[in-house]
Amino acid sequence: MAVTKTRPKTELKKLLIKVCVGTGGLAAGSQAVLDKFSRQLKSGGIKAEITKKCTQRTGCRGFCAKDVLVDVIRNGKKSTYQFVDTDKVSRIIKEHIIGGTPVKEWLAGPEYEAFHSKGTKVLLKQCGEIDPEDIESYIETGGYKATKKALKMKPEQVIDLIKKSGLRGRGGAGFPTGQKWELCSNAEGSPKYIICNADEGDPGAFMDRSIIEGNPHSVLEGMIIGAYAFGASRGYVYIRAEYPVAITRLKLAIKEAEKKGFLGNNIGKSKFDFDIRIKEGAGAFVCGEETALIASIEGARGMPRSKPPFPVYQGLWGKPTVVNNVETLATVPLIVFKGPKWFSSIGTKTSKGTKVFALTGKIKNTGLIEVPMGITLKEIIYDIGGGCPGNRKFKAVQTGGPSGGCIPASHIDMPVDYESLQEIGSMMGSGGMVVMDDTTCMVDMARFFLDFAQNESCGKCLPCRVGNKRLYERLKDITEGKGREGDIEFLLSLAEDIKISSLCGLGQTSPNPVLSTIKYFRDEYDAHIREHRCPAGVCEAFRKYIVNAEICKMCGKCFKECPSGAITWKRKQPAFIDRDKCVKCGNCYEVCPFHAIL
Amino acid sequence: MSKGKIKIKINGKKISCSEGDTILNAANRAGIKIPTLCHDYRLEPYGSCRFCSVEIKGMARLLPACTTPAADNMDISTDSETVQRIRTRLVSLMLSNHPNDCMRCEADGDCSLQDLAYEYNVDGSEYGGERWDLPIRQANPFITYEPNKCIVCGRCVRICNEVVMAGTIDFTGRGFNTVPDTAFRTARTLSNCEFCGQCVSTCPTGALTDKKGRGKGRAKDFKKVRTTCGYCGTGCNFFLNVKDNKVVKVTSDYNGPVNHGNLCIKGRYGYDFIHSPDRITKPLIKKGKKFVEASWDEALGLVAKKFSEILKKHGPDSCGAFSSSRCTNEENFLLAKFVRTVFKTNNVDNCARV
Ligand SMILES: Cc1cc2nc3c(=O)[nH]c(=O)nc-3n(C[C@H](O)[C@H](O)[C@H](O)COP(=O)(O)O)c2cc1C
Ligand code: SF4
Ligand code: SF4
Ligand code: SF4
Ligand code: SF4
Ligand code: SF4
Ligand code: SF4
Ligand code: FES
Ligand code: FES
Repeated sequence: MAVTKTRPKTELKKLLIKVCVGTGGLAAGSQAVLDKFSRQLKSGGIKAEITKKCTQRTGCRGFCAKDVLVDVIRNGKKSTYQFVDTDKVSRIIKEHIIGGTPVKEWLAGPEYEAFHSKGTKVLLKQCGEIDPEDIESYIETGGYKATKKALKMKPEQVIDLIKKSGLRGRGGAGFPTGQKWELCSNAEGSPKYIICNADEGDPGAFMDRSIIEGNPHSVLEGMIIGAYAFGASRGYVYIRAEYPVAITRLKLAIKEAEKKGFLGNNIGKSKFDFDIRIKEGAGAFVCGEETALIASIEGARGMPRSKPPFPVYQGLWGKPTVVNNVETLATVPLIVFKGPKWFSSIGTKTSKGTKVFALTGKIKNTGLIEVPMGITLKEIIYDIGGGCPGNRKFKAVQTGGPSGGCIPASHIDMPVDYESLQEIGSMMGSGGMVVMDDTTCMVDMARFFLDFAQNESCGKCLPCRVGNKRLYERLKDITEGKGREGDIEFLLSLAEDIKISSLCGLGQTSPNPVLSTIKYFRDEYDAHIREHRCPAGVCEAFRKYIVNAEICKMCGKCFKECPSGAITWKRKQPAFIDRDKCVKCGNCYEVCPFHAIL
Repeated sequence: MSKGKIKIKINGKKISCSEGDTILNAANRAGIKIPTLCHDYRLEPYGSCRFCSVEIKGMARLLPACTTPAADNMDISTDSETVQRIRTRLVSLMLSNHPNDCMRCEADGDCSLQDLAYEYNVDGSEYGGERWDLPIRQANPFITYEPNKCIVCGRCVRICNEVVMAGTIDFTGRGFNTVPDTAFRTARTLSNCEFCGQCVSTCPTGALTDKKGRGKGRAKDFKKVRTTCGYCGTGCNFFLNVKDNKVVKVTSDYNGPVNHGNLCIKGRYGYDFIHSPDRITKPLIKKGKKFVEASWDEALGLVAKKFSEILKKHGPDSCGAFSSSRCTNEENFLLAKFVRTVFKTNNVDNCARV
């Protein structure tokens, strides 16, 4: 076995600087921050204390809203800075690294702590801690032990272990992973394939990207163990080309794993051969659907195939194939290492373990969270997310992206697990969670998701291709003030028909946002159609551009923003809009702090 | 692989079929008709039009009969209320993005969509919304493509890729704008298309039509004469579509035992010679340097006389016959018989070679 090179631990203890260079961090300018740190430390003569390695390129820690995040670990004590830019580097070095006193006002506040302490970090634990570009860093923290353990077991035993853990797919449908592997193991045909689905197309979701960027080896390990368990000889990672950082790290990880003998021929002297290839996808949402993904790897246009036959029997090149999500696979080594009992002790009766969500929308703390299955929405939204910004009223949350539905505030005590979400007309999906407050129009929200669905439909089957377009058009009409009596019934019946007759999961679920918003917010639809009013004030067609003199606080802000001189305003008088001059630009509406403009 | 027998129920009727059979095949064999649109038995099952969708007990969604393998004890309904509702929905959705211009359409009377609109009595007007407004494509010498009439069943794409293997066309665009076309929407030309017209033959609507026959009549005007292709020894069958004693176009005979409706460019489009003024219709005998028209008796008499002379002088093996692969089996048989009994030699052959 290769000797693990140990890192200079004593030096690490003294001074370690961790800069977030996940995609979120990079976008916020972390490369420049990182460069400045190393330059200044060097020129400042702090040379013996800090080596190049100390500035680790940590993966995403899931709190990108506060990027660039920088950890400074001095004498074993960690302080985390938020919103670091290059201008802040000098002072941090001077006062904290040299002086020993952290710059208090730039430190991440209690929100940062809450964001991280309320969840249960199992999968994301190592993301942001280990160096994703160094296999040693992963091995040091127990990496590849699970692989070695699995290779000493019989394949059936590995499948059994995963079955016992109760792990279910994290890619959307929640199919039991152990069972999927068993079906493939028993399927006739060879070779067999394992595919890691890293297409992650839900708008706003970035769980899988963060796992690969922060801990690529955990995904490889999951693939190796799966391949061994059901007899695959080749793996593919299907990853969207829009994830360049993840791709680079994955490539490096594969190379390193090959060097270490975890990939290749006769892995761990177990006569097990397995290699992994990367296939970059062009970013079509539908290519996340497993049969479309397979078609795409085969070089065809990414269009789904009818199931049955299922990929476990006839998948890639017509051979038995397992498609698993990134998060599913990254969980596998943990289960093998810590045992199925440990895993099944987390979560509910039918939904085990933890789930990573991307919390976005009208919520104070946006970012990645990892929570135990069965946690209530309330805990996620208030304890972790900190509620809606400006203390606005929480209205609903959309899970499952464009395939899911909205869950109204009245169900806030609902546990988050596969069955409960399904029951309420939404789904787990891959983990997007979009929070909405009283400034979100539910009709407009449904329109947004249907616009996405009709654009991303592959066009193969008629109900999805034309049906979703017609749903979208009708929703658009309603938000533009062209709604008519009977529209709701039209939407309901068309949505139902699309769901039961479409070919793949996209069409089968794309009407969910319409159905669930009608179910829980029918009054908003009625307001648009019958009263020509958008209760949330989002749909521009309904704006009257009249100042409500009773609410107007006479601040004059609208007056300053009006490009056409339509507003008259004098001190101590409410503003007045001359509707003949108004060009309906919406500036005044947006700017009025008191929502006095109707 | 030997497959076992399984038992299923369709509309309450007990049926036994083979494992791996699609529901559609099992139903057809039992004489139960399930309407299809994107299905063509020459192609791999595809499942895009959803028109053959059936209800299976215990399943929340409908499943297409053309792609779904029958499984033991399946309880299937092909005409339930839900099935009928979905079919009506599908036809109306198709028509919501269609010119609905049958009166001027080449395909009138020979169009699956038209038949369905009549059967389900819908016109798709309840949706409003966008309709395609794509230009008609005329650059190809044999094929006219009116994308506005396309229902995106994918049959043309699949026949071009699976049967012809020319790879000329595929789907382009996404969502509502998905439409079969050539790469970069270039014209179908000799460099990328074989002009076999297979795509035209499988198209269930008037989206793809034979350019040479356009404006010269529609299904109800034609007498269909079943015949065998005269171009090669394969012996493909097809229908000559005849109007006013003129061949206007060739259409496929899907029951043709050798070709199942498939044809190549020659069979499908090479019929101009039939009414060509250049065509030789009477025997010609060369007199001096000039060909002179003669009667059949005169011509055949001359041939018989010359052969008899050669045979008498040089013996049977001095003569032989070589038949064309354009000839039918019957003609070849007659020629061989003739050579063996009249020439009294075995010198007979044919140019058909594989
Ligand atoms: C339209 C559509 C998009 C999908 N996108 C993804 C995706 O981005 N990532 C993913 O893992 N699964 C996606 N899926 C689910 C996959 O088809 C498949 O079920 C999943 O990858 C299986 O992995 P699991 O068993 O580990 O969940 C998508 C499904 C549909 C219908
Ligand atoms: S449901 Fe939509 S995405 Fe899926 S196959 Fe049909 S058209 Fe394509
Ligand atoms: S909508 Fe624009 S133009 Fe009209 S009053 Fe407001 S700021 Fe002026
Ligand atoms: S911005 Fe609002 S409150 Fe201020 S003057 Fe205009 S209408 Fe009145
Ligand atoms: S393609 Fe068919 S339905 Fe369409 S106009 Fe022509 S005949 Fe009518
Ligand atoms: S004519 Fe033949 S080769 Fe050309 S597009 Fe049609 S099927 Fe393909
Ligand atoms: S052109 Fe004809 S065969 Fe091709 S997809 Fe359209 S309707 Fe189907
Ligand atoms: S990259 Fe910094 S928290 Fe995500
Ligand atoms: S005929 Fe079966 S889906 Fe079209």
